[in-house]
Amino acid sequence: MDGNVEDFTETRPKQAHTMSEMIKVDCRNIDVFYGDKQAIYDISLAIQDRAVTSFIGPSGCGKSTFLRCINRMNDTIETAKVSGQIYMDGADINDHSIDPVLLRSRVGMVFQKPNPFPKSIYDNIAYGPRIHGLASGKQELDEVVESALRKAGLWDEVKDRLQAPGTSLSGGQQQRLCIARAIAVSPEVILMDEPCSALDPIATARIEELIDELRERYCIVIVTHSMQQAARVSQRTAFFHLGKLIEYGDTEQIFTNPVDSKTQDYITGRYG
Amino acid sequence: MNSPAPSPSEKGSFGSAAAMKRLKQRHRAEMRFKLYGQLAIGIAIVALVTLLISIFGQASSAFSRNVLTFDVRLDAEQVDPSGERDPEAIARNVSGFNLLLQDNLAEDFLPGETDRARLRELYGMFTRLAVLPIARKTAENPEIIGTGQEFRVALADDIDLYLKGGVSERKSLKLGEIQDVTGTLDDGIDVTFADMKAVEDLRSALETFRERSEGDNQPAALIQLGETWFRLQDIDGRTASLTYLAGASTMPAAGTNASTLVLEQSEENRTVSDRQIAWTMLLKEDGRVKSVFNTSLFSHSDSTYPELAGTAAAVVGSLWTMLVTALLAIPVGIFAAVYLEEFATKNRMTDLIEVNINNLAAVPSIVFGLLGAAVFINFLGLPRSVPLVGGLVLGLLVLPTVIIASRAALKAVPPSIRDAALGVGASQTQAVFHHVVPLAAPGILTGSIIGMARALGETAPLLLIGMVAFVAEVPDGPTDESTVLPVLIYKWSTGAERAWEPQTAAAIIVLLVFLVLMNLIAIILRRRFERRW
Repeated sequence: MDGNVEDFTETRPKQAHTMSEMIKVDCRNIDVFYGDKQAIYDISLAIQDRAVTSFIGPSGCGKSTFLRCINRMNDTIETAKVSGQIYMDGADINDHSIDPVLLRSRVGMVFQKPNPFPKSIYDNIAYGPRIHGLASGKQELDEVVESALRKAGLWDEVKDRLQAPGTSLSGGQQQRLCIARAIAVSPEVILMDEPCSALDPIATARIEELIDELRERYCIVIVTHSMQQAARVSQRTAFFHLGKLIEYGDTEQIFTNPVDSKTQDYITGRYG
Repeated sequence: MNSPAPSPSEKGSFGSAAAMKRLKQRHRAEMRFKLYGQLAIGIAIVALVTLLISIFGQASSAFSRNVLTFDVRLDAEQVDPSGERDPEAIARNVSGFNLLLQDNLAEDFLPGETDRARLRELYGMFTRLAVLPIARKTAENPEIIGTGQEFRVALADDIDLYLKGGVSERKSLKLGEIQDVTGTLDDGIDVTFADMKAVEDLRSALETFRERSEGDNQPAALIQLGETWFRLQDIDGRTASLTYLAGASTMPAAGTNASTLVLEQSEENRTVSDRQIAWTMLLKEDGRVKSVFNTSLFSHSDSTYPELAGTAAAVVGSLWTMLVTALLAIPVGIFAAVYLEEFATKNRMTDLIEVNINNLAAVPSIVFGLLGAAVFINFLGLPRSVPLVGGLVLGLLVLPTVIIASRAALKAVPPSIRDAALGVGASQTQAVFHHVVPLAAPGILTGSIIGMARALGETAPLLLIGMVAFVAEVPDGPTDESTVLPVLIYKWSTGAERAWEPQTAAAIIVLLVFLVLMNLIAIILRRRFERRW
């Protein structure tokens, strides 16, 4: 672990542990406004560590917006205003003392469309470790790159052409490259914003397999439009509708025995 | 899949008649549009080609020049009267060298002549300042004083122009042998030609020129008999009375071959006299007048004599000015664009700045010249006519262009790249400078080069800060008096002598080459930076 991250770890309040060892991110009373328009209404949600939590819901229900709160990507949108508390390991990430740069090194993100840097495969992975000083020397960096690519299941496909541009890979490979890039900075949480929406079914299957493997090491939050995908990869599912959290529980329970009628209607395909 | 194939009679009923009509109209509209486009491109190409042909056509004569070769002994008395071999004194002794060459020429053509006007006519074959390179060369190698040397001197602009076909329309004719000669060289001679047909040709040539010219212009005919040139005074039948002009002062013998040069303009209407033409022809036959590539166009600075004027000082001045412009406009422009596009919060203030930048880009350049004169020269007290001030003014002029182009380039970088960088924990500055700016670099570069190209061609603002000054020395730095290419072109184009015309066109070509080189550099750099995503 890098020194910076340890600083962050040391300063966090220890009391959080007493709540639940399993809760990684605890969101309380989150409201998000885009200008005058409210996008998220008072959502409280606790996300488990070493599990996949999926956010489902119709388009425009705020699931992506909510996801972006967790690594403060909404800061980059000028009109967006977030209120409420999000505790990660007990520290409020919206606190002024927390630098979003440091937060994002602990909370990685994978985007809807594969967005590798227009650089070599190697540089794509090495960029994060380099700016965070996670590796000293070429050899160590090589190891970080290799292990990230291995974890993302891409190593065997690209080991012979690490200097090829990242954009020369296929769509599915690019997305796995982006996952590897996120893994390379050793995050604890990985946020995925519809990571398979631009991929074909085979590439999607590979990503889903990968998510399942990564679950053992990371806390994963995935936004998806596909209910089947949510059912396949996640242990916990949250259903959003019109900026409100309608239902949150074990995936099995949500899909087989939803409490709320809206959830029922959505998963049975009445709207969405 | 089992349905039978349509019968032939059903073919053609693929769409309804109305639909077919609409389709036809649409095709016609497309054809029309294509035609308009081709027409527009055609007009543009014709305009460009016409421009290039006219410039190159005019400039072609400026790329060669006629030089006069001298074979002289560098007389120490004349070139270094003090005898100290002081290089500076020798280099400044233009009169001494001038006299030396004038005497050399007089010895050949007007030995023992005392008529000052006649001598001045001969000395007009080259200008006094044309000996300057010789003086400098001698100053560098004083050991050549006292030895025989071969020197080349630029011919006077009018004579150069005459040799290139200017000054007067002309026609050369062979007159055949002469039968009989009477009279003396001093009082004029009467020559009888053998060939009546040739004499008729001469007469008709004179007549044609007379008819073509307006007013009381009398065409002139110069007649060469062997080594001697005569002027035709009168012609009657086959007998012509001639007066001596130049060349060997021996009576031509019967049987000498004669030829003539008929000139449309009379001597009074020409900038080159009959005698000068005769001398030039003799020198040319001697091989002493030769056409060479005009290197002085690139190696010389400005001069009041077109045959000595070159673009060197203006090219270097332009380079210095461009350097100052680039140093001001490119970094300031790029940083302003990056800040406005990536960091500044959008509010009334930034909106106001944006509107003003766009307005500034449309401000006429002469206004920037006034600003430069008022602020840099009057208020800050910087010297006038220097590349530093010119560069600053042009830098301000192109700054809005650079900012607008750079912002457009930054805007064109997909936001997903910013997200990707921020997502792995890069700070905003890192995301911008590691990823966004490198991706925008080709666009930023193009914008900067377009701005620089505009600055390179600007004349008006530079006139106002005094860069129109006559500069005879190549500037050594950005605070040396200098001029720039477009201003030089403007100045040359207003010159009175006809020889300035090709000279101006040649300077335009130098400017165009400058521009093409700049664009070439831009293209190479863009290729290097270009990445795909």
